[in-house]
Amino acid sequence: MAYPYVSDQEVRVLSTHFGDPSHRRVDTYVERGGYEALKKALEVGPQGVIDVVKDSGLRGRGGAGFPAGVKWSFMPKDSGKPHYLLCNADESEPGTFKDRELLRWDPHQLLEGCLIAAYAIGAEQVYIYCRGEFFETTQILAKALEDAYEKGYVGEDVMGSGTTIHVTVHVGAGAYICGEETGLMNSLEGKRGQPRVKPPFPAAVGAFGMPSTVNNVETLSAVPHIVKNGADWYRQWGTEKSPGTKLFCVSGHVERPGNYELPLGFPLMKLIEEVCGGMKDGRALKSVIPGGSSVPLLNAEECAACSLDYEGVQEAGSMLGCASVIVMDETTDIVKQVRRMVSFYAHESCGQCTPCREGTAWMTKILQRIEDGRGTEEDLDTLLSMSRQMTGTTICVLSDSAAAPVVSSIEKFRDEYLALIRRGERVGAA
Amino acid sequence: MAESNEITLTIDGHEVSVRKGTTLLQAAQEIGTSVPHYCYHPGMSSPAMCRLCLVEVEGAPKPMPSCVTQAQDGQVVHTESELALDMRRGVLEFYLVNHPLDCPICDQSGECKLQDYVHEEGREHGRSREPKRVFGRDDFGGDVLFYGDRCVMCTRCVRFMNEVEQDSRLTVVERGNRSIIDTFFEEGLEGTYWHGNIVDICPVGALVSKDFLHKARAWDLDHTDSVCPSCSQGCNVSLHTRDNLVQRIKPRENLAVNGWWMCDYGRMNYEWINAGHRLEAPLVRADGDTRAMGWKEALKALLERAPTAAAHGVKAVASPHASNEDLAAFQALVRDLGGEDVLYRLRVVENERPLKGFPNLARRRELAPNADGAELLGMTRVGDDDASGGLDEVADHDGLILVLGDDLDDQGEEFGRNAACYIHLGAHGGTAPANAHFLLPVTTFAEQEGTFTNRDGRVQRFWPSMETAGAARPPWFVLGVLLAERTGAPAARSAAESFAQLSSRVDAFAGLTYEGLGARGAVVNETVSLTGGG
Repeated sequence: MAYPYVSDQEVRVLSTHFGDPSHRRVDTYVERGGYEALKKALEVGPQGVIDVVKDSGLRGRGGAGFPAGVKWSFMPKDSGKPHYLLCNADESEPGTFKDRELLRWDPHQLLEGCLIAAYAIGAEQVYIYCRGEFFETTQILAKALEDAYEKGYVGEDVMGSGTTIHVTVHVGAGAYICGEETGLMNSLEGKRGQPRVKPPFPAAVGAFGMPSTVNNVETLSAVPHIVKNGADWYRQWGTEKSPGTKLFCVSGHVERPGNYELPLGFPLMKLIEEVCGGMKDGRALKSVIPGGSSVPLLNAEECAACSLDYEGVQEAGSMLGCASVIVMDETTDIVKQVRRMVSFYAHESCGQCTPCREGTAWMTKILQRIEDGRGTEEDLDTLLSMSRQMTGTTICVLSDSAAAPVVSSIEKFRDEYLALIRRGERVGAA
Repeated sequence: MAESNEITLTIDGHEVSVRKGTTLLQAAQEIGTSVPHYCYHPGMSSPAMCRLCLVEVEGAPKPMPSCVTQAQDGQVVHTESELALDMRRGVLEFYLVNHPLDCPICDQSGECKLQDYVHEEGREHGRSREPKRVFGRDDFGGDVLFYGDRCVMCTRCVRFMNEVEQDSRLTVVERGNRSIIDTFFEEGLEGTYWHGNIVDICPVGALVSKDFLHKARAWDLDHTDSVCPSCSQGCNVSLHTRDNLVQRIKPRENLAVNGWWMCDYGRMNYEWINAGHRLEAPLVRADGDTRAMGWKEALKALLERAPTAAAHGVKAVASPHASNEDLAAFQALVRDLGGEDVLYRLRVVENERPLKGFPNLARRRELAPNADGAELLGMTRVGDDDASGGLDEVADHDGLILVLGDDLDDQGEEFGRNAACYIHLGAHGGTAPANAHFLLPVTTFAEQEGTFTNRDGRVQRFWPSMETAGAARPPWFVLGVLLAERTGAPAARSAAESFAQLSSRVDAFAGLTYEGLGARGAVVNETVSLTGGG
């Protein structure tokens, strides 16, 4: 079975086996060179692994883009405490669907990555925190884990090295905020899924109060390839600061939406026009959200010059995030889109911090009113000043994420807001 | 070593030196700046979630929550800068999006932190035009009523129950702006012993006392520093009075005794102070006829009669509810009249009710504030644990009987019938003092100044919060006058003088001065004994 949409422009490193159910079997995986990287890692030692990942420049694929090797090196040496590796598989950013595919089609790739990373940071226990809605995915992963235990890749004596690494699959209960690393830890510990105040950072006080590292599924899935083939091999793709390949989740008004693995730095328009087969029904592009719902919108003009790497998207005025490209054509009602995104954040806010708890809900109400034609121009000023007071004022960045599309849409698509407001004025509803 | 533990930073242009590990909020308090806050409470963990204590720190990328940000050497902090004020103004406006603004019918009005902060720093007008979210009310059990709409979600109440009382009865349910404090099923707070504190620490009117509900406006209440009279712990409290009645009791901060807390038993045990059946004038019984007299006349008659009766022996009963000064003056008079031992009775209950999250704090078994004072003065405890009995010899005594404060509720009309002279100093009337020859009205602790000695030997002052009933006078005053008349030495004119007499006479109190006790009290000199057991 071929994977739904593929493109010859792709560089398939992590997604090579998407669409091939036989690859979920441990024998097939090993036949195709699986667990060789783990063997190599056990030979070069933890520092060797950290060095090669550092040299590869692999950046965290969860959204923040923090260099993975550097993150690992923050873990204390000889702390005398148990260390934990937490794999963040709570993929819930609207527009993102790459981790699910990695888990579904190549669970052993992730397990191997987890084992290598755990070995590098001295963790004997790995928790894979899966999103609550990932029913099928979790079963596939659990089966793979069972097989890996049986074959001796996981457990008391990993590949006869004497190293102990256990892996546990933990299923969340379906809350967006549990994808925030400290919220994930609280949830894992059986507490309310609320982000923690930092400092202390997870590398010092993480899950169960112990030094912990949290990595995204895609980050860990890339690790075996880097360890096996070396940093230079990985750096042949991407840019100097954003090396390697990345899965792009394209959704919205394109002919062929889907997951595409491309080298970082790939031009956004080329992604839309060539890889995804162009805009749906040939309509004009209005806006793109390049990194999942929590990043600013780009208008068509900004899209034209945007290259898809961490720096390139930032230059264009947004963020790469987890590379969830949401494409919107000329028929899109931007205000409605923004309202839907903000209401998602209002629903998912954990409710700790006042600006987020009250702000996201208030924003939703204002946006709904504007959409209903009962808005005023002052509402836009209110939204902007609220956004300012919701940015950088909370424990985690959920409220920043809610504010980002509001601010960027008012800046870039003010006319659409005004049209709705004026329409309301005409019928006397305001 | 001490040097390296000190750091110096600048807050609003003032340099301040603090210990390492001090938070910015605490450091600001050092220079008298109170940064607005809800979720922070010195007695509990800081979740840094209200985001109201945000301040600007030079060099930091965003405003910092001062309650959890530790002060660094050389840091420059602005609590009143444009950025800090703008962020806090924003947070305050967010609170008002859903706050019902039912201040006119809210018990917290006048002592509400949301009112205070919005008046100080908030926007002049709110911009929200949206309908407010409605939760309604919930009975949390015990003395607590929950007004969900007023809640600012600081979770102080949840943390108090989890961390301080350590009986997790409350939690936050739901998330986002649907978050609400709730109890577990129907369990509520029933059966917990310290839950009244969550009403105190609630910064707004979300948690209110059922007992106090709609009883008085906060600004109509007078606050008087006092000591809780309900057990031997001696929690520092404040009596809130209006119309010469105690309306409620609130804890007063004293880290050496009760922190910020007090138990529900002590909090609710105040109606007796307001009781109406008071003795208001000295009553003198002679030749089968009882009549009210002025103090001068009554005491003159007493001084004529008592010494003759004392010749047949003196029996004296005091109460551990009386102050140190009262007990000492009583003892001094008893001794002057030829008596020796003073008896007292004490109610002791089976269970202590400790507050787990605060060291050495409990509703103690001894339900009187000054049993230790009586012990230090060398008085003898008699009777059972329900403060009854033990007075058989006194009841039938045919000489002089002196009673201070003990209402003798368990004694019948027979008490003191055979006495040649029976002097009873009390605040309330009753059946037992019916035989008294001299029934002298005295004040309650709420109407006089004085000190109690708690179970740890801490002598603590209380202040008068109510007007005295009729002609009632403090016992130390009445007893001091009587003694002075007999000895010619000057009588104490104030509680301070009375305390000075006490501390010069009784070794245990030596070295303590009334002024020196201040509002926090001081511990009596511990007796150093080379032979006594511990």
